[in-house]
Amino acid sequence: MSATTINAPAVALPPTSTFIQRFCRNRTAMVAAIILLAIVLIAVFAPYIAPHDPARSSLRAILKPPSAMYWFGSDDLGRDVASRLIFASRLSLVASLQAVAIALVIGMPLGLIAGYVGGWVDTIISRCNDALMSFPALILAVVIVGLMGPSLTNAMTAIGLVYAPRIMRVVRGSTLSVREEVYVRAARATGCSDTRIILRHVLPNVTGPLVVQATVLMGQALLAEAGLSFLGLGTQPPEASWGAMLGTAFPYMAESPVPTIAAGVVISVTVLCFNLIGDGIRDSVGRMRRSGD
Amino acid sequence: MSNKPCLRVENLHVSYDVGSTGFLGKRRKLHAVNDVSLEIGAGETLGLVGESGSGKSTAGLAILRLIDVASGTVRLGETDVAGATRSELRALRRRMQMVFQDPYSSLNPSMTIAQLLEEPLIIHADIPKDERKAMIGRMLESVGLHAGYAARYPHEFSGGQRQRIAIARAMMLHPELVVLDEPVSALDVSTQSQIMNLLKKIQGDSGTAFLLVAHDLSVVRLMSPRVAVMYLGEIVETGPSGRVYDQPAHPYTAALISAVPFPDPERQRRVNRIILGGDLPSPMSPPSGCRFRTRCPFVMDICSKEAPPKVAVEGGGLASCHLHAHGPKLGGRSLNDFIRDKQIVSAA
Repeated sequence: MSATTINAPAVALPPTSTFIQRFCRNRTAMVAAIILLAIVLIAVFAPYIAPHDPARSSLRAILKPPSAMYWFGSDDLGRDVASRLIFASRLSLVASLQAVAIALVIGMPLGLIAGYVGGWVDTIISRCNDALMSFPALILAVVIVGLMGPSLTNAMTAIGLVYAPRIMRVVRGSTLSVREEVYVRAARATGCSDTRIILRHVLPNVTGPLVVQATVLMGQALLAEAGLSFLGLGTQPPEASWGAMLGTAFPYMAESPVPTIAAGVVISVTVLCFNLIGDGIRDSVGRMRRSGD
Repeated sequence: MSNKPCLRVENLHVSYDVGSTGFLGKRRKLHAVNDVSLEIGAGETLGLVGESGSGKSTAGLAILRLIDVASGTVRLGETDVAGATRSELRALRRRMQMVFQDPYSSLNPSMTIAQLLEEPLIIHADIPKDERKAMIGRMLESVGLHAGYAARYPHEFSGGQRQRIAIARAMMLHPELVVLDEPVSALDVSTQSQIMNLLKKIQGDSGTAFLLVAHDLSVVRLMSPRVAVMYLGEIVETGPSGRVYDQPAHPYTAALISAVPFPDPERQRRVNRIILGGDLPSPMSPPSGCRFRTRCPFVMDICSKEAPPKVAVEGGGLASCHLHAHGPKLGGRSLNDFIRDKQIVSAA
């Protein structure tokens, strides 16, 4: 390679570049997205990838170290840790998705209404929101699960409820600024109803920050699920989620450290991927709006 | 003025709440538009001029009820706009539309041109989808854009093209009245004339009445046969454009017109310029009597005591100034001779 090629300036993207083009330029976010895609594919094709039945225990293989047979060793009931991690990815990902979906379903309409209507409606919604946000998230979730009874669905519903105020706050903030845009006034001049203005003119223009927040919350929900399951409030045996596996492997860490570390690494990597993708999206959205200037 | 009025505004007042003075303090009001009356005939254009802060845009928004009217009547044809309920108002929007100043912010960036133009049809008319598509194509071509642009987004267009799209959106339902709020001031000079010609052509084809709100006097002169001049929320002079521009009967109008530069420096030096001192007074506490008296070069004792009445002007229109009944007693004649005698000439 000649010196000129090395010194040549990076080709700048045209101002009209699309979101996808800009996101693909972000190397960190792309790597994170590829890793996450791999994890999702592993979850989808778990039965074809896992070397063993994740629920079959063998009394002869209790707490075995890693080997060709058991990649990450076996747990206290003689189950294959690798297979369980692979199957657990399904539960963990779906659980996070469920929590974020609940947070979106509750937080988004409230945020749109509070931001668009304003006045005392906004005051009431926002003050309730502030009160909810002042609780530590995980402790509030523990209380809610305590009331509803321990199960994964209840745990993720609780996490969703706890995260709804964060979504609401982001949506309200963006709505407040979009509401003042001239095109919203233009929509009113055209004769649009308030419902139509909110759905067609405000909502599409608040999705940028919303997607970022939702992606970051996916990571946090995964972490919260792990925490609740570690405490025994989430996933119930014999089901396996990453957090539950961390919880069952932890007492035997002295004899067999690999299962604990494996579960911990998988959780950390996935959460990191979600956060990095969130950052990547944040840096890539928004610029196309007025790029024609 | 043509036969039947399209828009009739009488004694329009608009005020903004500007917060209270301290906790539990009295709410203060800013009177942005004060006792404005005007009339536009069907298919006619009325220019509304004034400097920034004169309330001309506010008046335009209030006429369309995009902001609240404090008092006064606004009639579109036979229909009462100022007193319309929310649902009546939404139905009325079909008959009155608006084009905004900045075409970069007045088009929703997340909607395609087809969606933007389709929206008025969906809201106000029950038209089958393929017919709507044909209407959008025809409208795009009539504003000088390719019908194939319908699938594109606003950010793919230049300022002039976007303003064409905004005009197309306003014209989709063939409204009786369109308020043009500084429709060309955000555009390049070369594009300005194209858009003005387009507006004139559209008006010729559709018979829509325009209320043209602008600060650029040459734009207004080109576009509208009649003008109204606003100062600090009040209309100080109205009349046919030619008369108002050549023979102003209010000192503020004379000052505005003398501020328009001539392209010829020789001529520019010979012009009697009235240079106004100071800024627009606060509309929170407007001057007593005549609102213009604090900046008027011809101020008299009576100006601070009484608000000037409207006086009929030779050559058409009205002017609100004490000079017509007091002092030099112009009695509706233009200010030109008076200014020349007074030697209020720029130093140059």
